[in-house]
Amino acid sequence: MKPVKFTAIVDHLILITGSLVMILPVVMLLQMASTTDLETMRNGPGLVFGDQIPVNFHKAMFEASGFSGKNTGLNMLYNSMILGFGFAIGKIVIGMMAAYAIVYFRLRFATFAFWIIFTTLLLPLEVRILPSYEIVQKLGMLNTYQGLIIPLIASATATFFFRQFFRSVPEELIEAARIDGAGPIKFFVDILVPLSRTMIAAMFIIMFVYGWNQYLWPTMITTEEGMFTLVRGIKQITQSLEGTNLPEYGKSNILQIIAILPPVLIVIFFQSWFVKGLTDSDK
Amino acid sequence: MAQVTLNALRKIYPNGYEAVKPASFTIEKGEFVVLVGPSGCGKSTMLRLIAGLEDITDGVLHIGERVVNSIDPADRDIAMVFQNYALYPHMTVRKNIGYGLKNRKIAKDIIHQKVEEAAHLLNLTDYLDRKPSQLSGGQRQRVAMGRAIVRDPLLFLFDEPLSNLDAKLRNQMRIEIKALQRRLGVTSVYVTHDQVEAMTMADRIIVMNGGQIEQIGTPSEVYHFPASTFVASFMGAPAMNLLDASVEQGAVVLGGQTIAALAGHGPVTVGIRPEDIVPDAHGDHAIEVTLIEELGAHRILHAIWAGQPVMVSVAKDVVAAVGPLRVAIKAAALSFFDPRTGRRL
Repeated sequence: MKPVKFTAIVDHLILITGSLVMILPVVMLLQMASTTDLETMRNGPGLVFGDQIPVNFHKAMFEASGFSGKNTGLNMLYNSMILGFGFAIGKIVIGMMAAYAIVYFRLRFATFAFWIIFTTLLLPLEVRILPSYEIVQKLGMLNTYQGLIIPLIASATATFFFRQFFRSVPEELIEAARIDGAGPIKFFVDILVPLSRTMIAAMFIIMFVYGWNQYLWPTMITTEEGMFTLVRGIKQITQSLEGTNLPEYGKSNILQIIAILPPVLIVIFFQSWFVKGLTDSDK
Repeated sequence: MAQVTLNALRKIYPNGYEAVKPASFTIEKGEFVVLVGPSGCGKSTMLRLIAGLEDITDGVLHIGERVVNSIDPADRDIAMVFQNYALYPHMTVRKNIGYGLKNRKIAKDIIHQKVEEAAHLLNLTDYLDRKPSQLSGGQRQRVAMGRAIVRDPLLFLFDEPLSNLDAKLRNQMRIEIKALQRRLGVTSVYVTHDQVEAMTMADRIIVMNGGQIEQIGTPSEVYHFPASTFVASFMGAPAMNLLDASVEQGAVVLGGQTIAALAGHGPVTVGIRPEDIVPDAHGDHAIEVTLIEELGAHRILHAIWAGQPVMVSVAKDVVAAVGPLRVAIKAAALSFFDPRTGRRL
């Protein structure tokens, strides 16, 4: 047998510790979701799994909390999906088009425009949240999906990444396309978009997770329970400790697990593309 | 097939740099013209002006019957082959070749047929469904050619198409391109910095330097009668020997010896090709050989003649050694240049 190196043991200990730190809270969530709320209240997190997961799952997904009766887990999941996909797709589409204009057209102020867009990286939504709220409110977009998504899209990350990528596309490709009779739109659709697909996948993952995990903005912009997203809605459930009611631990824990799942699935699904998009590009 | 006429064509970049000084020449139907010169001489810019990828500052450009100064590259009825091939990496060979036709709204079955024909002509039939990344350099080059020929253009433009290939493949592709052009009979403009490519492929060579045309002529004219010291030293490997001499009483004098007759008076630059200096025991001139380069088929003798370095090319069967050597020169092969302007006298 090969002698085990001391450094290998240390390496693995560090890795195992890291994995435990990541996994244990999820296991705790699962354990608490498998017991009744009373049990959780009485004993806190334990080591023994109960049999309440189906019950809690049903409660979480289909039973409404709050006053309006619209605030079911399924509905919140739906809203979160719309926010995640809407944000990611909107950002990629707008970012790509802006980068295309900046890189390929001899606009007079292209560089200046780019740096203006770039400075928005210094001004995330949280910094400009009051004026943004005011604008959204005046446009009558409170409690709408547009109001939820559009202000979040206004940031330079995607434009920046696509600009860097487009600049690395060889000049001859454009010239060959020009001679082949491809106009600006054809070149974009037929050549640039397919070339960027790994890049698009990478951006999609980052943006979807970012949009999915939004908390502050949805909290401000949605007051109707039917518009709540998962991340925002869960807090509402655990908070309702009033009178003799127990907080609905099981329900909220299940919802939390559900809230973790889509980003994880997306990362797993797109993983190979993600790495490709950020490392190499088949130009 | 078309005649291409340039009339005082000129390119000045926005920063004021004059990349192409007013140039006029005509390329005949079916002719293969090579633009050659060192990097930065304006040859690629000239090609891009013809292609329409750069705007023409001044002058008139005719392709066929039309003035194309303000016509889009796509509508000039030209095809271009780029140095790095510029294949669309995400498309198969078939789609790469057919893309230009597809954009011209040509029916699918006709595109299919034309692509098959082009692929057959270029031995690409087995590779039609591969991506460019799965092809070798030579195959990619052929796909780029296929993309050009499938359109039946009036004019082919080649921008250093062989410089990314290794030496052996380059020789092979050189012949293939030349043969293909002969067969299709399409007027072609070919840019290269490699004088061997220029010599072997061209019907006519245009030598450029510093944005200016130095000489236009057949390969043999350019080689044997260079119009300037620049052309003399650029074309041919090893380059033409350029020696400082003087004209005295109707004779060119070099190192105290008369080598040829020439009217006039004053300094002169004598150009002589290395193969026009022949070792000869009874020769009139003495040189001092300092180094011998062995090239297999022939040898290059590096020598000093009247205090100036010269190169002598001798056949492999000529015995040569370092030290003094008597040589004869072929007087008819001499070129004379004005030492101030560098122009041929």
